[in-house]
Amino acid sequence: MRVLEMNRVRKSFGELDVLKGISLAVDQGEVVSVIGPSGSGKSTLLRCATMLETMEEGDLCYLGEYAARCDKDGKSVYAPAKELRRIQRHFGLVFQNFNLFPHFSVMKNITDAPIRVQKRPRDEVFEEGRELLRKMGLSDKENAYPCELSGGQQQRVSIARALAMKPEILFFDEPTSALDPELTLEILKVLRELAEEHMTMVIVTHEMNFARDVSGRMIFMEGGNIVEETTPEKLFSSENARTREFLGRYHDLG
Amino acid sequence: MKLQVMLSLLGQGMVTSVELFTLTLLFSLPLGMFLSFARMSRHVVVRNVSKFYISIMRGTPLMLQLLVVYFGPYYLFGLSLSSYSKLMASAIAFVLNYAAYFAEIYRAGIESIPVGQYEAARVLGYTKAQTFLKIILPQVIKRVLPPVTNEMITLVKDTSLAFSIGLVEMFTQAKAIAASEKNMMAFAVAAVFYYLFNLLVAFLMERAEKKLRYYQ
Repeated sequence: MRVLEMNRVRKSFGELDVLKGISLAVDQGEVVSVIGPSGSGKSTLLRCATMLETMEEGDLCYLGEYAARCDKDGKSVYAPAKELRRIQRHFGLVFQNFNLFPHFSVMKNITDAPIRVQKRPRDEVFEEGRELLRKMGLSDKENAYPCELSGGQQQRVSIARALAMKPEILFFDEPTSALDPELTLEILKVLRELAEEHMTMVIVTHEMNFARDVSGRMIFMEGGNIVEETTPEKLFSSENARTREFLGRYHDLG
Repeated sequence: MKLQVMLSLLGQGMVTSVELFTLTLLFSLPLGMFLSFARMSRHVVVRNVSKFYISIMRGTPLMLQLLVVYFGPYYLFGLSLSSYSKLMASAIAFVLNYAAYFAEIYRAGIESIPVGQYEAARVLGYTKAQTFLKIILPQVIKRVLPPVTNEMITLVKDTSLAFSIGLVEMFTQAKAIAASEKNMMAFAVAAVFYYLFNLLVAFLMERAEKKLRYYQ
């Protein structure tokens, strides 16, 4: 089943074309990694998919429901707000810098939106919240506040917060870029577990080895275009000069 | 004049000062919030009108504003001065003035909240109202407490400006007693009153700050 479909997406900031007609489709259970140099449009692609940015051209469709569709001039026309709110339930987003709510306890960060927004029963949501925290290895932090946690713990809470909404697909925007190598491993372990549970995920990352291990498909972006889109094995043995150069740099660093 | 009589007269003035202080806060704190929304509005007209309003309120003396509010209805419309009380006139002038200052404090607080908080709330499906009331406002309140305390302390002292329209508050009373008694005792009592009042304000606000210190 196709969870996400984006067709010929264009987005520019002023004079700068950030996305130059990108298409991306993700099926249920797939793990797709997006890599590429800074400024290549990876994050903008995620922000368009999660409707934090408005696309100028292109379609955006979750589970057959169109959030935005091209009119006959090719411009994106978004669905009415009410519909968008329903479609929004299909996805979750984990930010680079967590964006936890500092005045909420860990538990409230996780449970508030399911209760307040999705209007699910309190007891059920709390039970699931505890289960999520257990999974994240944070059972003892239920009543802690974000400022009392390490970066890795905060990111795990923010993943739990996204999962508590029961999304069909989860986006990660450089989830380890604000963390040191040790804490990065913590997060990658969690992502690996999610992948094993067949959570549908799109991960923008600079962790090449992790991306190679965990994803079924990798996308290499540059200059607002997709340069290559293939399996990790094929990407890492690519004949494409630009791909080789980019991956080679990481290889040198590693 | 016996000390007891003096204290009782000053006590009456004190009650009026506290009334003016309370009325001003009660209305200027929420009005300031609406004014700050207007100041940050996307509408050019709304934004500029509120900007102009704030600039006038901050740029002219509060005492002059008091006189305009109190005497304005008489000069402009020929209404009798007895038609509304001096306390009401003072409260209106103070509310209009303090709302301008509070609006700018709120604006600073609101604009200091990272955009990521709005984005996280949006992706989680919170409505705009929920986002503001449950996510943004609590954090804003924590951040604006120190500057709001400053304004409150200034307000305690500013209530004495109401003497300019003859409102019989603490300061007016003290001045009258000092003049008739030909000594400064009443001024000393007034000074102690203002100081203790502000000590109480500072104490309560510090407690509020401490209560919100559980997160950063």
